[in-house]
Amino acid sequence: MHNYKKTMIKHPLALAIAATGLALSLTTSVQAAENGKFRIGIVTFLSGPAAGPFGEPSANAAKVLVEGLNQGKLPAPYNTIGINGAEIEVVIIDEAGGAAKQVEEFRNLVQRQKVDAVVGYISSGDCLAIAPVAEELGAMTVFYDCGTSQLFNEDKSPQFVFRTSLDAAVDNIGAARYLAKVRPDAQKVAGIQQNYAWGQDSWNDFTHSMEQLMPKAKVVESQMPKVFQGQYGAEISALSVKRPDIIHSSFWGGDMEALVLQANARGLLEDATAVLTCGESAIDRYKDQAPNGMIIGGRGPFGAFAPDNELNRWFKGSYQAAYKTDPTYPASKMAQAILGLKHAAENAKVEAGKVPAPLEIAKAFKGATFESVSGQVQMARAGGHQAMQGIAYGEYQYDAANKKGGVHNVIAFNGECVTPPDGTTALEWIKAGFPGAQCN
Amino acid sequence: MSLFAVLIDGTIYASWLFLVAAGLTVIYGVMRILNMAHGSFYAIGAYTAASLVGWYFNNGIGPVWAGYLLMLGCALVAGLIVGLIIERGLLRFMYGRDEVLMVIITYALLLVLEDSMKMVWGVNPYFAYQPYAEMGRSALAGLKVSNYDLMLVGVSVVLGLCLWLWLERTHQGKVLRAVIHDREVAMAMGVNVRRMFTLVFVLGTMLGTLAGALTAPAISVVPGMGVEIIVLAFAVVVVGGMGSIEGAAVGALLVGLSRAAAVHYAPEFELFVIYGVMALVLAVRPQGLFGRVLARKI
Amino acid sequence: MRLNRTELILLGVALLLAAGGLIAPQWLVFLLTMALAKSMVVQGVVMQMRAGLVTFGQGLYFCVGGYAVGMSGHFLDISDLALLLVIGVGAAVLLAMLLGLLMTRYREIFFAMLSLAFSMILYGVLVKSSALGSTDGFNVKAWSLFGWSPAQGQAPLALFIIIVGVCAVLAVLLHRYSRSSAGMMCEAIRENEVRVEYLGQSPRWVLYMNYVAAAAVSALGGGFMALSAGHIDPEMAYWITSGEFVFIALLGGTAHVAAPFIAAIVFAVVRTYAIELVPHSWQMILGFTLLAIIVFLPKGLWSLFTGQARRAKA
Repeated sequence: MHNYKKTMIKHPLALAIAATGLALSLTTSVQAAENGKFRIGIVTFLSGPAAGPFGEPSANAAKVLVEGLNQGKLPAPYNTIGINGAEIEVVIIDEAGGAAKQVEEFRNLVQRQKVDAVVGYISSGDCLAIAPVAEELGAMTVFYDCGTSQLFNEDKSPQFVFRTSLDAAVDNIGAARYLAKVRPDAQKVAGIQQNYAWGQDSWNDFTHSMEQLMPKAKVVESQMPKVFQGQYGAEISALSVKRPDIIHSSFWGGDMEALVLQANARGLLEDATAVLTCGESAIDRYKDQAPNGMIIGGRGPFGAFAPDNELNRWFKGSYQAAYKTDPTYPASKMAQAILGLKHAAENAKVEAGKVPAPLEIAKAFKGATFESVSGQVQMARAGGHQAMQGIAYGEYQYDAANKKGGVHNVIAFNGECVTPPDGTTALEWIKAGFPGAQCN
Repeated sequence: MSLFAVLIDGTIYASWLFLVAAGLTVIYGVMRILNMAHGSFYAIGAYTAASLVGWYFNNGIGPVWAGYLLMLGCALVAGLIVGLIIERGLLRFMYGRDEVLMVIITYALLLVLEDSMKMVWGVNPYFAYQPYAEMGRSALAGLKVSNYDLMLVGVSVVLGLCLWLWLERTHQGKVLRAVIHDREVAMAMGVNVRRMFTLVFVLGTMLGTLAGALTAPAISVVPGMGVEIIVLAFAVVVVGGMGSIEGAAVGALLVGLSRAAAVHYAPEFELFVIYGVMALVLAVRPQGLFGRVLARKI
Repeated sequence: MRLNRTELILLGVALLLAAGGLIAPQWLVFLLTMALAKSMVVQGVVMQMRAGLVTFGQGLYFCVGGYAVGMSGHFLDISDLALLLVIGVGAAVLLAMLLGLLMTRYREIFFAMLSLAFSMILYGVLVKSSALGSTDGFNVKAWSLFGWSPAQGQAPLALFIIIVGVCAVLAVLLHRYSRSSAGMMCEAIRENEVRVEYLGQSPRWVLYMNYVAAAAVSALGGGFMALSAGHIDPEMAYWITSGEFVFIALLGGTAHVAAPFIAAIVFAVVRTYAIELVPHSWQMILGFTLLAIIVFLPKGLWSLFTGQARRAKA
């Protein structure tokens, strides 16, 4: 056995030296954004299953937009250079690793890398964890994709946290309304969701909306396989056995593509109509493996559902030129967040060329209305911190001649129709029968 | 009707589990290495197959049956290459170290391979569905089943039989079983255990990549898919007993059928089924169903 | 109670660290807080490694500690830090006393797999529970200590000083434990369990007690993690989290009680810079680092200090 006493004499010195050395090396690290540029921290999934369908398009969109802005190439009203005249530089980090790690990285972005604003976050868990930290640090933060309805529940008077994407409840209220219009005779409804917060909440919102809008339809089966399971043989059998008319799914990414492939190969999608709330993200990948008539959504007026305005034409063109494919909804949403940030920063009553402070940007962002690739965005919920827009659903159609997927039979619902108002939770609003909704 | 569906679904899922777990149990049995990188081999097989098959069918290069051969062939070649590199380049220097250290080495390998795959294939999902879709479907007592899944059942049965025959009836297999049973005595009897290790590791890797390649046409190949299956494979191997092919088969069947039953009758418990089965089996038979009780060495 | 040289040094370093926190940048203080919280969980892993058991499920107690803190704040409106941590540790000890009865029957790979299974079962339970937010988890409320609340913006620094203090006390206690007869017995069991039986001791009950103690220490880490990150979610019980703890344990080695602390800090620093500099392949960097440590420093980073590195290669 070692004689601990002798060897320990060497330890403490080495220990102390190592610790001090470490501390010193880190205190003199990256000094930042006092260089006159507008530094944006972008956080999105660069690894893991969410990278392909969401993270990468988002990162690509950010690059396209920042490059375009720095060259002043965007159409009006965004044709000024950079943000408020200051050149934009981007720090991009990976959202993988869990909420606790993301809190640490957020603090690093704000305090070590001294970013002027943070744009990002797909995972609802991350958004929920980051929001109070953003308020604590006074860091201008724009959530661009996460959908949790709980975001503004805890802190009823946020200052620095904004969300330019829609509350996820809108997805499923919109889906129910679309079904009420195109399949009013459906009797049996089934669902398959990924078994985690996203899937559970989506199914909850959808079934309650259906109770209000299509009371004759009954839920006959609900499957909740593990996230990233990839193989849905048993679930598809269980669904087929019940012979549903409608199958609702909030699946995304590889799971969604696998589900569509497997269900279609086994004929389930011929007998039933599928409703995929995230379906648009794979619109160029389904080819002929998804049936014509499958209902898909883009979580708002994004991607294939985006209107044909000048901004969107520029965005689609630049994105196509750089990445050889049309932007899907995550890309549109990232563009929207950056445009919103630019709009707020330039309306912050700060002289041109200077980088406004977070508080000034926040004041200008609150309750703002700005133009985006998806049309007009109103920050009309959560006291001016949450964006409100309409949502559209359509049927997938594969053009075999041109080998392109598209949507037709698109029906859009305006924001006032599908967005829960302030003062009530989304679920309560749905259960009460959507009081105050103004639909066309 | 549901019972029949449970049987079919359970068997299909079990055959997939067996394919995935077979390589893992062989490697553990002989080398006593619980290979966490097995998930990465699975993923490498899937990516290789998906990218090559996708290229093949999207450009309509040749007849359909050649596409299937390409899929299997490229997976086996990928497994051979990766297995050789890892065994000869890294593991060879680590034999004799603590068993747990070996697990951690394979965990480090997993991390490295995950990002390597990302560098080679990118983060976009690969969707090479043609082999799956081409085969069509059959109706079995009112349930529509994909023929590809049925073919997988056949493949795993054949593979299981071949492995079992090889282990039980060939000389090479008997030597292997001797090494599984007692490595030291086998060495004393003159068996070249080092060469056996290389052989077995490469075999296990090839089984892993084969499983991935066979699964790829039915799913969308995404980063991180390797990590997801590791726990499943481990559970099957532990339930069946390490190093035993029969064990892996029975374990796969047990887990597959329980899971199918849960999905059809009690979907809320689907998440727990595999861990419940594992805990139950281990509580009753601590070395797994077909595991051999190893004598304690002083 | 006389403190020997090592313990004095440990306490001295802790004082230095706490003082350093007053001048260090805020992000570093936060990084160190989280690293120290993790290191407590790693201490639990190391305690079991000293007894020859590798656990891939320490996340179970990490998660129990964290959720006990979060739930007490949320549902019972308790905000006193000491009380929250006591509840966390208590819950973990109760669970460990129950599970330990089963777990101590197994060794090696079966122990590892069973520990993994139980942590994944907890994960499954939490994911299914929408009242607890499922995979989104929920935020942990602000803490106070015996009525004193930190001033606005001072909470991270205050927590840092508290955690350094607790780690120092823990280090001293664990140092004594590893040199006590109980700790020595664990090492004896690792070397040769049959001999321990022949000498008349019961390995099972020594391991049981060690298991429960390790669970308590890990739950303490989980509670601190919940308080510093301000958020808890089921991922704390996922097997990959547990794998990370084992990674850090091996990084530091099991030779000295200070090793997990140093390893956790090194890990946190390497990871955060890997993410910043190579956002697309930071996992690979971690993997190579681990491989390098295993190949060149099999006894962990600690062997750098003891000069054992050279001896191990011989």
